[in-house]
Amino acid sequence: MNTLVADARKPGRLLIRRHSVAVRVTHWINVICLAVLLLSGLQIFNAHPSLHWGQSGFEPDRAVLDITAVAVGDTLRGVTRVGGLAVPTTGVLGASAGSDGALEERAFPSWLTIPSYRDLASGRRWHFFFAWGLVLNGAAYLLHGLVSGHLRRGLLPSADQLTPRHLLREVADHARLHFPRGDEARRYNALQKLAYLSVILILLPGMVATGLTMSPGVDAAWPWLLDLFGGRQSARTLHFVTASLLILFVAVHVAMVVASGAWNNLRSMITGRYAIHSEDSSS
Amino acid sequence: MSTRIPRRRFLAGAAAGAGALALGGCDRLVQNADVERILRLAERLTMGAQRALLSGGALAREYSEAELSPVFRSNGTSRPAGEAYAALAETGFADWRLSIDGLVQRPLSLSLADLKQLPSRTQITRHDCVEGWSAIGKWTGVPLGLLLQTAGLAANARYAVFHCADEYERSADGSGRYYESIDLVDAFHPQTILAYALNGQDLPVANGAPLRLRVERQLGYKQAKYLMRIEVVESFAHISRGRGGFWEDRGYEWYAGI
Repeated sequence: MNTLVADARKPGRLLIRRHSVAVRVTHWINVICLAVLLLSGLQIFNAHPSLHWGQSGFEPDRAVLDITAVAVGDTLRGVTRVGGLAVPTTGVLGASAGSDGALEERAFPSWLTIPSYRDLASGRRWHFFFAWGLVLNGAAYLLHGLVSGHLRRGLLPSADQLTPRHLLREVADHARLHFPRGDEARRYNALQKLAYLSVILILLPGMVATGLTMSPGVDAAWPWLLDLFGGRQSARTLHFVTASLLILFVAVHVAMVVASGAWNNLRSMITGRYAIHSEDSSS
Repeated sequence: MSTRIPRRRFLAGAAAGAGALALGGCDRLVQNADVERILRLAERLTMGAQRALLSGGALAREYSEAELSPVFRSNGTSRPAGEAYAALAETGFADWRLSIDGLVQRPLSLSLADLKQLPSRTQITRHDCVEGWSAIGKWTGVPLGLLLQTAGLAANARYAVFHCADEYERSADGSGRYYESIDLVDAFHPQTILAYALNGQDLPVANGAPLRLRVERQLGYKQAKYLMRIEVVESFAHISRGRGGFWEDRGYEWYAGI
């Protein structure tokens, strides 16, 4: 992270080596895996568009979430029920345009599923292939992070970053879209570190663990997973919730990347080099 | 920096490619036979990993009576069509016979009464449908391993194929008839039973009367209903479309542990 390359054309501009090859490669493999997992996961969800709590469950009227279509006259209406609340979602959830343009019953619309048409078998094949990709890629990343010290040095917030005063200032800075510059930009800020660590250590492992809890084979080998998540149907619901949290993370992550210098950030995750401006540190 | 332009061009190209992929290109990839062959490798990985995890013969969780589903959902066929099945059902399956044949030393033909006299196992287990829902039921039946032992397997026996009474998809050539297969690891697992009772009652027609397979560490479509014949084979490549089951012939994994 400390290799410096002065940019000959722009005095005061330093290119630091921000991301190792391992981090860059695993990052982009992760992007591909998560994208396919989301879209194929929604295909799988569409086969039974209700979420339940507990060991078992299939009745839509006792579901915690249910995305359905109701026939009204000769047309369809999409309805999404969360707990006791029913929200009309025609066109997006419950009923949306099929290949012929007419409304058809489907929980998530065709532009959000792999494949676009209803095909659970293919959705599963894609999901499990890329799930293996996610797991192997994630394991390689964690192993590298532990051995190289990247997790400890790059992602664990340092003591000075964890004081309430510092954290409050970071929150205020983020709210105004002020990002660290100069020397302070050499490391991740504390909010960034905490967000990344939550994803790496909680959300992604949680995604895999809740997914495995839906497997009757894995449940036989590791029945404690059922106790951890409160049953197979609870695990399915938590799989959906965790996926939603990951989508939220990606939305904020991409917004922050754009707001704090889209090209500089993107380049650092491709070539590894990240530009900082040395004059900022003395100002 | 001279390398920057190509990189930008590469990025633009990658972005355009990703866009094309998102707009319908995905469907073409899904239908590509080579892509499918590669994606199917994951099934082998899954089976290998699960078989390693389950090498100690771990049992699927058994639940308490309090956890039984109020109604055990019927899925797939709820009543096989045709006069032959109707005639069997009319007499309470008194004339029904299960035949066990193929690569066995002593082919068997068993009535429902014969099966009920054999040692039985009762287990309250969770049925996980490939669609995503689950139901918990109490099954009573004969361990499949006991029957296979009685019949005596030939040295080259590798799979038990379950032929069912229901035609799930109308077909002229019989390829719509439901069937399933498991290997000997699952066939001899203590929880693999041929169930004739659900929740203490005779198995209802909707749930597979008179006899269905329970292979508890796999998904619902492996739990073949309306059993008529168990054929022990070395390979199932010659049966129907050759992938080892009705749903397997329609794209689903043969190993349904996830």
